[in-house]
Amino acid sequence: MQGGMERTTGEKMVLNFGPQHPATHGTLRIVLELDGETILKATPHAGYLHTGFEKLGEHLDYNQYIVVTDRMNYLSPLSNNFGYVLAVEQLLGIEVPERCQYIRVLMAELSRLADHLLWLGTAALDLGAFSVFLYSFREREKLYSIFEKTTGARLTTSYTRVGGVFRDLYDGFDTDTRDFITNFPKALKETHTLLTRNRIWMDRTKGVGTISSEDAINYGLTGPCLRATGIAHDLRKAEPYSSYEKFKFDVPVGTNGDAYDRYLVRMEEMIQSCSIIKQALDDLPEGPFSLEDNKVMMPHKSDAYGHIEGLIHHFKIVMDGHGVQPPKGDHYCATESPNGELGFYIVSDGSGTGYRIRIRPPSFFHFQALPHMLEGGMVSDTVAVLGSLNVIAGELDR
Amino acid sequence: MNEEKEEITEESQPLVLEKLREKFSDALLADSETSDDVFVVVGKESSYALLEYLKTDLAYSFLVDVTAVDNSQLESELMQYDYARFMVVYHLWTFEGDISRIRVKVPVHEKDLKVQSVTELWKGANWLERETYDMFGIDFEGHPDLRRILMPDDFEGHPLRKDYPLRGRGERESFNFEKQNV
Repeated sequence: MQGGMERTTGEKMVLNFGPQHPATHGTLRIVLELDGETILKATPHAGYLHTGFEKLGEHLDYNQYIVVTDRMNYLSPLSNNFGYVLAVEQLLGIEVPERCQYIRVLMAELSRLADHLLWLGTAALDLGAFSVFLYSFREREKLYSIFEKTTGARLTTSYTRVGGVFRDLYDGFDTDTRDFITNFPKALKETHTLLTRNRIWMDRTKGVGTISSEDAINYGLTGPCLRATGIAHDLRKAEPYSSYEKFKFDVPVGTNGDAYDRYLVRMEEMIQSCSIIKQALDDLPEGPFSLEDNKVMMPHKSDAYGHIEGLIHHFKIVMDGHGVQPPKGDHYCATESPNGELGFYIVSDGSGTGYRIRIRPPSFFHFQALPHMLEGGMVSDTVAVLGSLNVIAGELDR
Repeated sequence: MNEEKEEITEESQPLVLEKLREKFSDALLADSETSDDVFVVVGKESSYALLEYLKTDLAYSFLVDVTAVDNSQLESELMQYDYARFMVVYHLWTFEGDISRIRVKVPVHEKDLKVQSVTELWKGANWLERETYDMFGIDFEGHPDLRRILMPDDFEGHPLRKDYPLRGRGERESFNFEKQNV
C-alpha cells in the first residue's frame, strides 16, 4: 500500500477520471498524472452540473426559491429546505413555533440518516461490497416512504415555507418513525459486521486519503470530514438553531482523518441521529405547526376559498411585491447539513426577491481538498477517497 | 436605570471590533457596532492585513466563505461606499470566543477590479476566489491559478453581474453541436 515518490521512473501517464464514471457519483472529473500506479498530481475539475442556482435566487421570490434548494444536495433535500428558510427567517427576524422547530429537526435528522445511508451504500459498492449497498438501500427506502407520506414527494420535497412547514405531520408518523428507529440500529449492526472488521475494507480505507486537522481547517472542510480528523465541531452544538440545544447527543470524532475514520464517524452519527429523533418524538409539542401570521405564511386553503380575509392574505402573499419582504440588509446563516456546513448568505434590498443569494456548499471544499489526499497515493485509492468524501455534484456546482 | 443600560451596551460591544478599530482605524469604513451579525467594511489596501490579523492574532482560523455582491442596483450601498460597484465578502469563524462569526466586506471599484488574494493564508480560498473571479470578474492578485471554475474556459462575461441577463446572451442558440451522420 505504500505509494512512494522514490519509485517514480519519470515516465508520466495522464488518466482522465470522469466526468462519466460510475464511481464519480455525478458529473465530476479528475485528471490524474500517474507514474505507474502512483498519483503524482491530481487536478479536479468542477462545473459540469452548473445550473445557475445563485442567479435564479435573484429572480425568484423567497418562497419560490425553496423549490431550487431541493436540487442542491439531492440526497437530503429536506436539510437544504430547512437551511434556506432558516436564513430567510433570521433576516426577517421571526421565529417559528416550537412544534415547527421540532418537526424541522425530525426531518433534518431523518434526511441525515437517508444521506449517510446512500453514502454508505455507494461508497461500499465502489470498493466491491455489494451486499452493503442492498442493506442500506433497504433501510433508505423506508425513510423515503416516510418522506413521501409527509411531504408528498420523495426527492422534490419543498416541505418548508418561510415561517413554517406547509403541512403538519401525518397521523401515523409517530408509529412509522418509531418503528424505523427501533429496527434501524439492528440493521446498522449488520453493516458493522460486514465492514468494520473486514480485512479488505480496512486495507482499502485505513490510512488512505489522510488529512491532518490543521490542513482540514485550512482547506475549510466541515461535517464528518472535519470531525474524522479529531475536531469536535458541529454547528448543532456550536451555535444551536431550531431547538437543537434541547437535545442530548454526542459528536463523534475520529483520530486519523482517513477514509476509515470518515466511515466510522458517519456510522456513529446515524446512531446519534436516531437518539435525537427519539427525543424529538417523545417531547413533540402540541400547537400550531407554522407561524399563524398570515402576513408571512399562506393561509389555509379553506380560508382562502371561504373568507374574504383569507383570500386577501393569499393574494397578498402570492402577488409580486406584496409577500415576504425582509428589511434591507444582509445575513449569513449556516446549518449542519449531513455533509457539513451549509450556509446561505442573503442580501436583501427590501423587495420580495433576494438581491443576492450565495450558497456555501460543503462539497465544494471537500472536492478542492481532494488532491491533497490523493497525491502520493495509488490510483485505486481515488475511488475510496472520493467515495469517503461524499461529494455531491448538484451542490458542488449549483 | 440609565447607568445600567449604558453598562449593558458597553458590554455588548464585541472585543473583536474594538481591537480592529484600534489597529485599523484609518482603513475601517464601517462596522456593525453590535454583537449580532458582526461585520467590518475595510478598504482594499488593508484587506489582506486585516484578514491576516484576524487569523493569526484573533484566532479566526477558519475561512468559511469568499464571495462578492454586485451593488450596481443597490443605491444605498453605492452611496455609502463611494460608488464602488462590487463588494467582496469574507466570512470567518473562530473555535474560541463568544463572537464566533465575523464578516469582512471590501468595496471594489469597477475601474480597478483588484483585491489581494488570501490563498497564502487559507488554501481553501483558492477555489472560492476562482469562483468569485468567474462569476464577477474580480481579479485576485497573487492567486496561483486564477481561471474559471464553474463556467467553460472559453465563456465570455461574468454571469452573476447584474447586467448579465438571466437567460444568457444567446450562448445556448449559438452552441456548436456536432452533427451526427445518420
